[in-house]
Amino acid sequence: MQGLAASWRLYGRTDGVSRGVFGVLAVLLPLLAWSAVSYLPFVWHPQVLITDPGGEDYLESGMRMNRADFSRAVTEMQAKNEPVPQGIAANPVYLPSPGEVLTAFVHAFTSSAPTGAEHSITQAFGHSIQIIFWGFLISSLIGVPLGVMCGALPGLARLVEPSVDFFRYLPAPAFGALAVAILGIYDAPKIAIIVIGTLFQQILVIANTTRKLDFALIEASRTLGAKGLKLLFRVVIPGILPDIYRDQRILLGWAWTYLIVAELIGTSSGITWFITQQARYQHFDNVYAAMAIIGIAGLGTDMVLGLLGRRFFAWKREIDG
Amino acid sequence: MTEHQLPDYRTLPADVAERMDQIRQREYVLEIDHVGKVFAQKRHQTVALEDIEFGVHRREFVCVVGPSGCGKSTLIRILAGLEETTTGRILVDGKPVNGPGPDRGMVFQKYTLFPWLDVCRNVMFGIEMGGTERAEARRQAMQWLQVVGLEQFAASFPHQLSGGMQQRVAIARALAARPRVLLMDESFSALDAQTRLKMQNYLMEIWRKIDITIVFITHDLDEAIYLADRILVLKPRPGRVEEVIEVPLSRPRRAAQMMSDEFLATKAHLEGLIRSFGGNTEETDEGADDFTMPLLTLVTDKAE
Repeated sequence: MQGLAASWRLYGRTDGVSRGVFGVLAVLLPLLAWSAVSYLPFVWHPQVLITDPGGEDYLESGMRMNRADFSRAVTEMQAKNEPVPQGIAANPVYLPSPGEVLTAFVHAFTSSAPTGAEHSITQAFGHSIQIIFWGFLISSLIGVPLGVMCGALPGLARLVEPSVDFFRYLPAPAFGALAVAILGIYDAPKIAIIVIGTLFQQILVIANTTRKLDFALIEASRTLGAKGLKLLFRVVIPGILPDIYRDQRILLGWAWTYLIVAELIGTSSGITWFITQQARYQHFDNVYAAMAIIGIAGLGTDMVLGLLGRRFFAWKREIDG
Repeated sequence: MTEHQLPDYRTLPADVAERMDQIRQREYVLEIDHVGKVFAQKRHQTVALEDIEFGVHRREFVCVVGPSGCGKSTLIRILAGLEETTTGRILVDGKPVNGPGPDRGMVFQKYTLFPWLDVCRNVMFGIEMGGTERAEARRQAMQWLQVVGLEQFAASFPHQLSGGMQQRVAIARALAARPRVLLMDESFSALDAQTRLKMQNYLMEIWRKIDITIVFITHDLDEAIYLADRILVLKPRPGRVEEVIEVPLSRPRRAAQMMSDEFLATKAHLEGLIRSFGGNTEETDEGADDFTMPLLTLVTDKAE
């Protein structure tokens, strides 16, 4: 209980128990709020879902309308002595209940795949992951070595970094039409957009990380006879590896933000296409399920990468405290 | 100490005089040949070192002292090859050297062990850079760890060791690369007083056992007198050799000698010298000697 109190002091020290409690609450509180809004009619429910249109000819069952409009329709019908329209309080269509989303979510994994490409969440998501994977891999294969070399070689940095800095400010979507014109309409331009969005940032970020290596370590290794490639591979790279790992985790997140753009150019595909498509049909339960999958996959990979990082680079964590 | 006259620091006891003669007959391992260093900033130049001329004999222990700004750190960085000379050159065993190299090992003030390598791999680093294969390097590294008494920590990581232990590993790492000269840049100044004394004794023990020449930079006069055969006193702005003092203490040295008349005489002389440069030693950097503290009664309410 002391830890709980300390958690609310500026820079207070928490204990394991209160960290766990907060961790559970972090998930539970938003879910509870969502459930309350969805299942307790008095909380919000600004609309009415028509179950029986009664005598009002412009109403259909399954339609949603504002409460005020509905009660006006009811009084009108009462005045005309015609059957009164029936309905239940409901939320707008864009806010499905947790249960509906969960059903859609489970359905995404259990239903047999419908015909046609990318008609299920999982297929669409699988395609997205492929785009991200190739985009990020290609970007890293160029960006990480080039960034390290820029950080270590001042001459190269002066040559490369100004133009990289220029390209970094050009929004990746601007390359969409160009990428399609050059690379066709399928996956290639999408991967190219991810690469363009990530690569330039990556070079600069990694170069900066490389420059931040404790210079005393470089000097110490020089007095021990290290130079050239040995200095690079035995001192520079092991020294910056934990920070590069951290940079890559952040950059992977950025790559995801370019996915939306990438998937809308050429032939739309992947999870973005799925979401826009489902939103057009007002299947918001599917939309939320798709979003949940992206979020869970992102959070999951980041947590796994974080755990692995702590394992690989135990020394770094202990120094940084 | 006022009751009796301190002896002249220049009169060497017989055994010390004999030892200095022996040292003088040995060849120079490290020569500083008319070295000058000018730092050029925007429009104005700072002369850090001017015409330094000095030779260090084989197996000699030389300390360099001087007030802050006398360029002693610049000097040792030049010796290590981490800084270039503006004029003059550095010779090791009579041959001019350029840039850093394994012939001049260095122990820094900061802890500079590679944090991603365990203690043994740290010590192996310099050996492997010399082209020795791994198994042999490991064997040699373990021997050096034995020399500094840390072989049971071979598998530990630097952050798991205390500051003094880290500096011992750093010494072992520098020595393992088989340097001709060991350069030490205020290597013990980050340690607490007791650890520092222990480290000084360790260092002298190691130095006695192996063929190594040591140049040790320090701003701690006690440390310089306790360790050195000769003390090089630098004068600031521009950095120049003011005096070279032969320390009148016999070896092996023990902490008790720090109370001897010879020690005190040497220290008194050094203190006088450094005060004559402007009283700007590193200890009093923050304020002049005549700084008067304002009366604090108004804020404390507790004056007598």
